[in-house]
Amino acid sequence: MSGAVLVPAGAAGGAPRWLRSLGLALGLLIVGLVAFAAVFGPSLVPHDPFAQDLGNRLAVPVWMEGGSWTHPLGTDQLGRDYLARLVYGARISMVIGLATVIASGLIGTTLGVLGGFFGGRVDDAVLFVITCRLSIPVVLVALAVVGLMGSSFTLVILVLGLLLWDRFAVVARSTTMQVRNLDYVAAAWCAGASRAAILWREVLPNIATHLAVVATLEMALAILLEAALSFLGLGVPPPLPSWGLMIAEAKDYMFFSPWVIMIPGIALFVLVFGINLLGDGLRDMLGTQDAR
Amino acid sequence: MSLLEVRGLRVTFGGRTAAVRGASLSVEKGETHCLVGESGCGKSVTALAVMNLLARGARREAEALSFAGQDLRHLSDREMSRLRGDRMAMIFQEPMTSLNPAYTIGSQMTEVLRRHRGAPRARAAERAAELLARVGITAPGMRLGQYPHQLSGGLRQRVMIAMALMCDPELLVADEPTTALDVTVQAQILRLLAGLQRDLGLGILLITHDLGIVARVADRVSVMYAGEVVESAPTAQLFAAPRHPYTRGLLRCVPVPGKVRRDEPLGSIPGVVPRIPPGFRGCAFRDRCPHAAPACAEAVPRQEAGPGHEFLCTLPPDWALRERAA
Amino acid sequence: MTAAIEVRGLRRVFRVRQGLFAPPRQVVAVDGVSFAVPAGSVLGVVGESGCGKSTLARLILGLLPPTEGEVLVDGRRLSEMDRRARARLIQPVFQDPFASLNPRRRVKDIVAMPLVAQGSVPAAEAARRVAEMLERVGLSQEQGERFPAQLSGGQRQRVAIARALVLRPRIVVCDEPTSALDVSVQAQILNLLAELRRDLGLTYLFISHNLAVVEHVASEVAVMYLGRIVERNESEALFRAPAHPYTRALLASVLTPEPGLGVPDVGLGDTLPDPANIPPGCRFHPRCPQAFGRCPAEAPAAWPAAGGGFAECHLLDPAAPGAAPREALRQEA
Repeated sequence: MSGAVLVPAGAAGGAPRWLRSLGLALGLLIVGLVAFAAVFGPSLVPHDPFAQDLGNRLAVPVWMEGGSWTHPLGTDQLGRDYLARLVYGARISMVIGLATVIASGLIGTTLGVLGGFFGGRVDDAVLFVITCRLSIPVVLVALAVVGLMGSSFTLVILVLGLLLWDRFAVVARSTTMQVRNLDYVAAAWCAGASRAAILWREVLPNIATHLAVVATLEMALAILLEAALSFLGLGVPPPLPSWGLMIAEAKDYMFFSPWVIMIPGIALFVLVFGINLLGDGLRDMLGTQDAR
Repeated sequence: MSLLEVRGLRVTFGGRTAAVRGASLSVEKGETHCLVGESGCGKSVTALAVMNLLARGARREAEALSFAGQDLRHLSDREMSRLRGDRMAMIFQEPMTSLNPAYTIGSQMTEVLRRHRGAPRARAAERAAELLARVGITAPGMRLGQYPHQLSGGLRQRVMIAMALMCDPELLVADEPTTALDVTVQAQILRLLAGLQRDLGLGILLITHDLGIVARVADRVSVMYAGEVVESAPTAQLFAAPRHPYTRGLLRCVPVPGKVRRDEPLGSIPGVVPRIPPGFRGCAFRDRCPHAAPACAEAVPRQEAGPGHEFLCTLPPDWALRERAA
Repeated sequence: MTAAIEVRGLRRVFRVRQGLFAPPRQVVAVDGVSFAVPAGSVLGVVGESGCGKSTLARLILGLLPPTEGEVLVDGRRLSEMDRRARARLIQPVFQDPFASLNPRRRVKDIVAMPLVAQGSVPAAEAARRVAEMLERVGLSQEQGERFPAQLSGGQRQRVAIARALVLRPRIVVCDEPTSALDVSVQAQILNLLAELRRDLGLTYLFISHNLAVVEHVASEVAVMYLGRIVERNESEALFRAPAHPYTRALLASVLTPEPGLGVPDVGLGDTLPDPANIPPGCRFHPRCPQAFGRCPAEAPAAWPAAGGGFAECHLLDPAAPGAAPREALRQEA
């Protein structure tokens, strides 16, 4: 046998697909940076996000006339360091986003997988629950609950987590139905595997990537909803520096000190944009993989 | 002058894979030319390249590519699409890829004639009904009002053929037209194609992986492997005296009732079809070939083994005879 | 001796919902099928798409419960068998090696899956048996570390065969095991299956639409049409002298690679079988070139055919008026 240059047609070569996709890389970079800031930022920024300095209110950021490196992003209306608050706010956004996705992911995936896998009456029940959930207006209910029970960090997570699982359920249900009918699941039945083993080893790993895409979308949505709730004063209670709350607090000063509203606004936009890029990139990867 | 003349056709995808590497073939008027090979050998890409239907990102080059004396290489997309469906038509393995599920059979069939010939609606409908009857569809008037999903696979394939014939094409390119069908329906469709060819003088380029189909319908055969035509001959000649080791291997793989005894091992070709990087030299089959020699890594000569019988190999044309004698 | 597979009066009906308000339609996929496969032999099942051959395979594998009738594997009722015991006895090889392997698991884990499901095989023993099985089907240990997407179609089908045989079952149900493969690879897989059957003493139920392949592997052949076995016989007898007009049409439509013969006229007409709408009497009569008055009126009995088999056709009824004599039929074939 001669030619060592021959590559078997089945083997994939070259750079991994995720590197080739620029959007995915950018999304990963943004989300990675924000996650890094959320985890390590507060210990790297020298200022306390809660420490007020009324003598130094609304200090301008470093790139403007009169700015200084002591407060690179300036200070807010109570003289608190804006960079410290922004970084601490990233932690709040990420924690709320992740916690909501975990809670809603667990609820939605469980319902969807059970309905899709067992079909029949179980599926009818799951569909009924999904339909009920879809007829609930999320924002109104969130407003009502928080308005009635008073705002708190955990309540926001709880409310969002209990309301945002519908897309998980729908996607988990339909993908489970597809996978359930594939021959490798039939082969597992024939091999004598238990229902739990089939769900855990054959079905879940193969719907996980689809759920990951949903997770990114839901995370972006949860972060935006938290910001909206906080803006209305019904989300994270002050003095916690949520980005939404920062925007709300800054709106009175936006005409004379526009950066106080622009900085958290841009941060929010960039994070949600990055998460959406990540989701799109994941979906593209899925698409090319499924196309074989 | 051949109806379709392809010489030195090359297709590359993004500079990374060479799908077709210098394939040549020609189809005469009234002739069926079968392009046979296994999946990934480049036979479908060749057909798409002829019709200028390659996906974006593919690059097509050829020393010659002409249809009825007209050079296809420099036609604009618009000129090409005027030719497609009119004087040259194509049918696919899965009819649903070219039938629009949102329109009735009738409106899709008449659309072809109205677009290419500007025929009035009534005349186009008449022609559509006539062709449906011609391809063996009963109650054509009723079928014209139906949607593609209301038809069975065999009926859809017939509709596809009828649609391809709307403008009396001179060349029909058929890519695995019966692979998705049952054997009984396959025989009916192939008979239908043969009959149409006899009556209309069609030239057919038939792409298939099935040597049974090749033997029964082809006038000429080109065997493709890894993007090259490795052997080309009149059908009887190819089956009686195949010269390329790949062709011989392929023929031994097929169980033939009465020839191979039950449970006796079939001949098989070890290994898998390789992916060929651009700039590859030598014979692409050498890794799987029982007769591979060092010379196979060099440029391989195209040799003649009889009238119209060419093969691409370093072995002498009479090697099989000598082997048998030895 | 007990048969490896025995099937008695098997019937499976699917209810197909047609829409929100329309009543569900009944599709009879398998209708009154009985047969026995002796241990060590190969029963080939042939028929067109929609004839119920895949449903039959799923009934015998226990993937679907029958509406009526029962399946006995090695003399024991399938429905009363523990899933682990059933797995040790009967295993499948499916058609599409792209869909039959879990894309998220490594080859060695796929092959080990039946051993893990038994719950009583120690990990070291399982790893040893997986390695042995991979070698047996012609895959390297290095390929065992790969994912299915990194293998070719033929290699994947070898993985599926290794998974089916790792529990050393006695019976393998092969549902179109080579029809998704190229001819050169098909030959490799058919040779491997034949070799494994000889060496391990396996019994195959071999389902295929390709009659040439079935003739090559099967010792006995059953021809299915719209859910019924319309003819069954020893492989040689059936291919030499097919008794049912449908079998003859199927055989006639096989295109062997013999140039110069042209494409045969099968003579089945344009009506296609619809499992949701089975014709009365003989279910083949709307397509049968030899149908006569009795065919639409009365379902034919199973008349004996030369070679020890049977065919369900009125033409074989020695008492039937208008039936052609047997000799004439055989000549026509």
